[in-house]
Amino acid sequence: MSRKPYVREITSEWIFRHPRYLRYMVREFSCLFIGAWTLLMVWGLKQLAQGPAAWAAFLECLKSPASVGFHVLALAFAAYHSITWFNLTPKALPLQIGEEFVPDAAIAGAHFAVWAALSLAVLYFAGAF
Amino acid sequence: MGERLVELEVLRYNPETDSEPHFQRYAATCREEWVVLDALNHIKETLDPTLSYRWSCHMAVCGSCGMMVNGEPKLACKAFLRNYEGAIRVEPLRHFPIERDLVTVMDDFMAKLARVKPYLIPRQERPFSEGEYRQTPAELKRFKQYSMCINCMLCYAACPEYGLIPNYIGPAAIALAHRYNQDSRDGGREQRQQEIAATEGVWECSFVGACSEVCPEHVDPAGAIQQVKIKSTVDWYQAHLMPWLNK
Repeated sequence: MSRKPYVREITSEWIFRHPRYLRYMVREFSCLFIGAWTLLMVWGLKQLAQGPAAWAAFLECLKSPASVGFHVLALAFAAYHSITWFNLTPKALPLQIGEEFVPDAAIAGAHFAVWAALSLAVLYFAGAF
Repeated sequence: MGERLVELEVLRYNPETDSEPHFQRYAATCREEWVVLDALNHIKETLDPTLSYRWSCHMAVCGSCGMMVNGEPKLACKAFLRNYEGAIRVEPLRHFPIERDLVTVMDDFMAKLARVKPYLIPRQERPFSEGEYRQTPAELKRFKQYSMCINCMLCYAACPEYGLIPNYIGPAAIALAHRYNQDSRDGGREQRQQEIAATEGVWECSFVGACSEVCPEHVDPAGAIQQVKIKSTVDWYQAHLMPWLNK
């Protein structure tokens, strides 16, 4: 009897095989929006360096419906990425005190608390309140 | 206990006669409390003795009966028929070559497992006369969940990275390497790092997390892999920015 193992080809259908793979791909996909937003900020800095007229034109550009739509999408993707990422932190950073491990909720919660504090600090320095 | 007619669509492959696998449908009267493995055994005993698959303990300990049940990696002995509606599709574990029917070729996993040295490498060899290597409950708890791995390879079938990059060492082997690295009695981390901290080790993982979701023993290979990534990164910074620490 001879051996003839059959090797199955991998196709991209795996993404749709289970919701977990789709959720993962959405998290990976979020980098496109976050990257594009970062490039937009670099362009904004360039306009700022070119003087008040260029800066004012940049700000006007940001008010366009396309820009607002893009920002809403980028914010949604950034929030999805951050929330799913922080929820995974207990796996990467388990903390054992004595015999017991610190509960997952405490580790993820600490990340969310620092995130909220830093966001408030940024808003404060930006003059939001 | 009641009985019901269960339809199973089983992927068949005979290397001597088939050029590629095909599905074969069986209808078998099964008891309500049976698992997929019971149904397969019943089919083999009463309908088709040529059906091939691996199994041994029937109690989720040996790790032999891993297969895809309706597209999900499952132990056939732990997949209860009552949890499925309609025809149940049974296929060999994904990402592994098919030897025959539901039997896969697992040479790749076995070779990778050996490479990570999943056994205790004592810091200092001691003679038997000095007694056992003692450990506190806290030290035991540090690695215990990883020692529950039964080498069933469901995590490999769930991991798209392993499917796409066959050289990737994969979840179970890294989790087992981590199990020994975390053990207070062990001194073999440096030897294992050569395998698991390499590109084909933890760095092929993009944290899909499917391995931990499908593990029948509730091991968390995804967690182990991320912890190895962090420790390996710390190693790199220590070696390059604080070389005096390595002396």
